[in-house]
Amino acid sequence: MCTTCGCDSDDVRVESAALGHEHEHHPAHSHSPETARVRKVSIEQDILAKNDALAACNRTALREQGIFALNLVSSPGSGKTTLLEKTIGALAGQLEIGVIEGDQQTSHDADRIRARGARAIQINTGRGCHLDAHMVGHAIERLAPGRGSVLMIENVGNLVCPAAFDLGEAHKVVVLSVTEGEDKPLKYPDMFRRASLMLLNKIDLLPYLDFDLERCIEYARRINPGIGILRVSARTGEGLDGWVEWIRQGRAGA
Amino acid sequence: MHELSLAEGVLQIVEDAARREGFGRVRAVWLEVGWLSSVEPEAMRFCFDVVTRHSVAEGARLEIVETPGAAWCRECSAPTTIAALGDACPRCGSYRLQITDGTEMRVKELEVE
Repeated sequence: MCTTCGCDSDDVRVESAALGHEHEHHPAHSHSPETARVRKVSIEQDILAKNDALAACNRTALREQGIFALNLVSSPGSGKTTLLEKTIGALAGQLEIGVIEGDQQTSHDADRIRARGARAIQINTGRGCHLDAHMVGHAIERLAPGRGSVLMIENVGNLVCPAAFDLGEAHKVVVLSVTEGEDKPLKYPDMFRRASLMLLNKIDLLPYLDFDLERCIEYARRINPGIGILRVSARTGEGLDGWVEWIRQGRAGA
Repeated sequence: MHELSLAEGVLQIVEDAARREGFGRVRAVWLEVGWLSSVEPEAMRFCFDVVTRHSVAEGARLEIVETPGAAWCRECSAPTTIAALGDACPRCGSYRLQITDGTEMRVKELEVE
């Protein structure tokens, strides 16, 4: 498995085409005892240097095209895809939205997005637990988002692993549904620390839950004092205007 | 788990160095892993063993040097040490901390022959 694409060539698929790169792994050589010389080799290299370099390439390419890219992260089932469906509807005819979907298997999410009239590319990671910059770089090439468009990258549902992998986005947006428990920001601090915005979703269900909204906001701000917070219901549309406005303002500043 | 991707990243760094420096076998790999980083050391050890099979680093010792988390406490106006993200300043109990160190995941050096 390769760190820059998380695949063993056949495993990761972008719209059913395997990434299929050759990655050479050299077998161990043997040396006779007389010629073996033990020495130290200084490396001083970040483990994620390659991913970060590819993410920087993605970021530059997106900025040059004026494309505003968001990396949507959350637990599975928080409502990311439904939120995207509603966002596409709200911006129809005003802003072009392209979507890169990430899941282990199936193209269900990309199919849902296309049914709403937006262009989408599905990445299937196979056994992989997160998207990385190499996969997303390929997906951006295949999708070819238009100049000045908004690119939504819906990451694999996972609050742990995607945190470490820069994709080249302008912002990470963490979606937390109120059915999950208000202490999620404390339990998964790395993700909440790296996010620019927390979308509290499914607020239409608050009357049926014991979710402590103020405490959740306090916890999120404890981990990340500058994090933006918006309350939405993808199902009823409540708060959607605020989210759409956040996207507009972010795009204008990009 | 993402440590598998990270372990593969370590192997790539090692193999690049093998090509560059011309060594044939790796006896040990030193990693520097911050307390506040995304690496769980035991998961990393497991994944390192798996990914290095049949490679120049097969059988190599993995030495993980853990570095403490450091932060600037805005309340105390002084540096402090923290064990994990989300911890309060051990001196004053404030959460107004700016992380300054402890998030790194680096390959420091190799012992080769």
